[in-house]
Amino acid sequence: MDDSTLTQQQKLKYYQKGTFTVGNRLVADEERSVQASAERSNALTSGHRACQGCGEALGARYAIDAAMRATGNDLIAVNATGCLEVFTTPYPETSWQLPWLHSLFGNAAAVATGVAAAMRVKGKKTRVVAQGGDGGTTDIGFQCLSGMFERNDDVLYICYDNEGYMNTGVQRSSATPPAARTATTPALGPEPGNVFGTGKFVPKIAVAHGIPYVATATVADLRDLEAKVIKAMGITGARYIQINVPCPLGWGAPSYDTIKLARLAVECGLYPIFEAEHGRITQSRKIRRQVPVRDYLILQKRYAHLFRNGVDDPRVQRLQAICDAHIEEYGLLGDDAEA
Amino acid sequence: MLKQMEGSHAVAEAIALCRPEVICAYPITPQTHIVEGVGELVKSGALENCEFINVESEFAALSVAIGASAAGARAYTATASQGLLFMAEAVYNAAGLGLPIVMTLGNRAIGAPINIWNDHSDAMSMRDAGWMQLFAENNQEAVDLHIIAFRLAEELSMPVMVCVDGFILTHAFERVDIPEQAQVDAFLPPYDPVQVLDPDNPASIGAMVGPEAFTEVRFLAHYKQRQALRLIPALSDDFAKIFGRASGGLLRAYRTEDAETIVVAMGSVVGTIKDVVDELRDEGQKIGVVTLVSYRPFPVEALRDILKTAKHVVVVEKSISVGLGGPLADNTDGVLRNLENRPRLHSAIAGLGGRPITRASLKRLFHDAAHAPWEGPFFLDLNERVVGREIHRVRKVRRSGSTAENILRQLALASHLPQE
Repeated sequence: MDDSTLTQQQKLKYYQKGTFTVGNRLVADEERSVQASAERSNALTSGHRACQGCGEALGARYAIDAAMRATGNDLIAVNATGCLEVFTTPYPETSWQLPWLHSLFGNAAAVATGVAAAMRVKGKKTRVVAQGGDGGTTDIGFQCLSGMFERNDDVLYICYDNEGYMNTGVQRSSATPPAARTATTPALGPEPGNVFGTGKFVPKIAVAHGIPYVATATVADLRDLEAKVIKAMGITGARYIQINVPCPLGWGAPSYDTIKLARLAVECGLYPIFEAEHGRITQSRKIRRQVPVRDYLILQKRYAHLFRNGVDDPRVQRLQAICDAHIEEYGLLGDDAEA
Repeated sequence: MLKQMEGSHAVAEAIALCRPEVICAYPITPQTHIVEGVGELVKSGALENCEFINVESEFAALSVAIGASAAGARAYTATASQGLLFMAEAVYNAAGLGLPIVMTLGNRAIGAPINIWNDHSDAMSMRDAGWMQLFAENNQEAVDLHIIAFRLAEELSMPVMVCVDGFILTHAFERVDIPEQAQVDAFLPPYDPVQVLDPDNPASIGAMVGPEAFTEVRFLAHYKQRQALRLIPALSDDFAKIFGRASGGLLRAYRTEDAETIVVAMGSVVGTIKDVVDELRDEGQKIGVVTLVSYRPFPVEALRDILKTAKHVVVVEKSISVGLGGPLADNTDGVLRNLENRPRLHSAIAGLGGRPITRASLKRLFHDAAHAPWEGPFFLDLNERVVGREIHRVRKVRRSGSTAENILRQLALASHLPQE
């Protein structure tokens, strides 16, 4: 791994031994997170209608605040239809503190291309972020997304991945993990929940486009997320960041477990956190303390059918195999790992 | 400057003269030469200060235009047929957002059966989307309507679709007067958007609107199009002053004074109809024709003024609302509805999927309207023998197969059979 690609923010180890506490008090002013600053733009300001513990609301504020910091607030956001759009703009109210445009469910990437083209032709330096959920990104918006990637348009696309169509009432998307129960993959029949061997991991497809920058991130690691957004805004061309954002409603978990679940998804290997530049993976975030996938699954009602009558369903082991494969593929065990 | 040129290239030159800033291109027959034409002008540097973006679908083409327009750029795209349907969601969206995008529609049939030739089914599919729809009669008008369209769109903050008959106009070589840049600049000021995405003055655009306000939003869209009924003739007058020729307007009447039979039609077929009108006038029949330039907004009052003294109104249109009949005839019926001495309405469906509309057939049609009127839509030059055989066959065979393939087979068989 080439250490030079790591930003200062990513190199720093903020947590104290044995805890996950991230203490801003312990670091110099310039090393503190964007969210820790009173100067943060609060792009997605309070009063919106997201559920308690919404990972997407959290991720969007972290990401857009960081992008606004990186661009000196010279930023326009384009939003796909979905939870984020609905809970932020029940007109005449809006939570957005930056120019924001919602067109359709499946065209956010193309609309962002248009905004970027307008800025270029008008000689403006204004940058563009497009954002949507996994439904608007990996499914209905996928063609426009791929088109934006291959043209290398100057757009950062952020996908808030909560692994399903939560806005319409928790249906399966192509980002829904195997075995997960949704309204369209009910926990019924001989193969309950989402079918194994289906779905797609769009970050890898983004990497295959050879675009300048691709990253995955998690709301469980604020500094890493901010560092990636800031890095992305320093690059011209098509960029993609997919953030794992737990959904208490859709996953069947308490609101207070959002960060815990996001962390466990990373620590079990199910959600690999990595970066890629120009078609090559440059680094991955190491698992600090590896956990069995069971610890992650058992906290969520969408996997409850795997743990009925005190017996683990064999599918837990199939999910563990997926985690193990991720750990090997992305090199998730390394320096940071604790025995 | 007078030039002998292909319709598509004339439109491309007209677009370039309008100084578009973002053009999104996706090829579809018969519109392709238009985006190729503007693409060449951008690539060669003849059209400066313009982003030409090759997108992956029509849905993206209009979506890119939506983003560009909302960010304050003058945006243009072109499509036809299936392409218009593929971007349908964005067509409604652009109108709902009030974005003054101009789009050329190279009118073409919609499949299945797949058919690349001209009719107006595509335009009709989006007639309720909130776009203004202007129809060109010839390539000179196609050029002029695009210049008018940008001004119209931007004055009302509402998108305009310029409908140009596929192949008949897009691929026809005609003499066209291409305006001077100074003339177009005098007619069309730079785009000064009503609302724009601006970091110094952030606004949220495209919010959710519930039952408390949706009716009012739609009412105002309708109100805007009613305003266009006054603006379109005014722009046409302005155009005439600067360019020295009449073009556009809501509609044009040809030999309708004292006419007992008045034909209503849109697009290139009007040229043929005028020839037939001349012929019938020479034979003593009191007949005229109204060309509808503006289909949306629909010029109800202006059309009624012309039709109210006629005995017979014949609507000739290149589309069919399956299960109802001709949509233009239906709209015209609405125009006549409350007249005291209402003329009899005759509806003819003609030229579907590119079938030629001949003078001989039109002449028979207009004669029959006055002397042997019919009920419901009349399908001009329908091959009744083939249709009859197919209806008979389908009655007998339960799994009768695909209509399109069977009609083609019937045609092949019919060519070997003696005429009945």
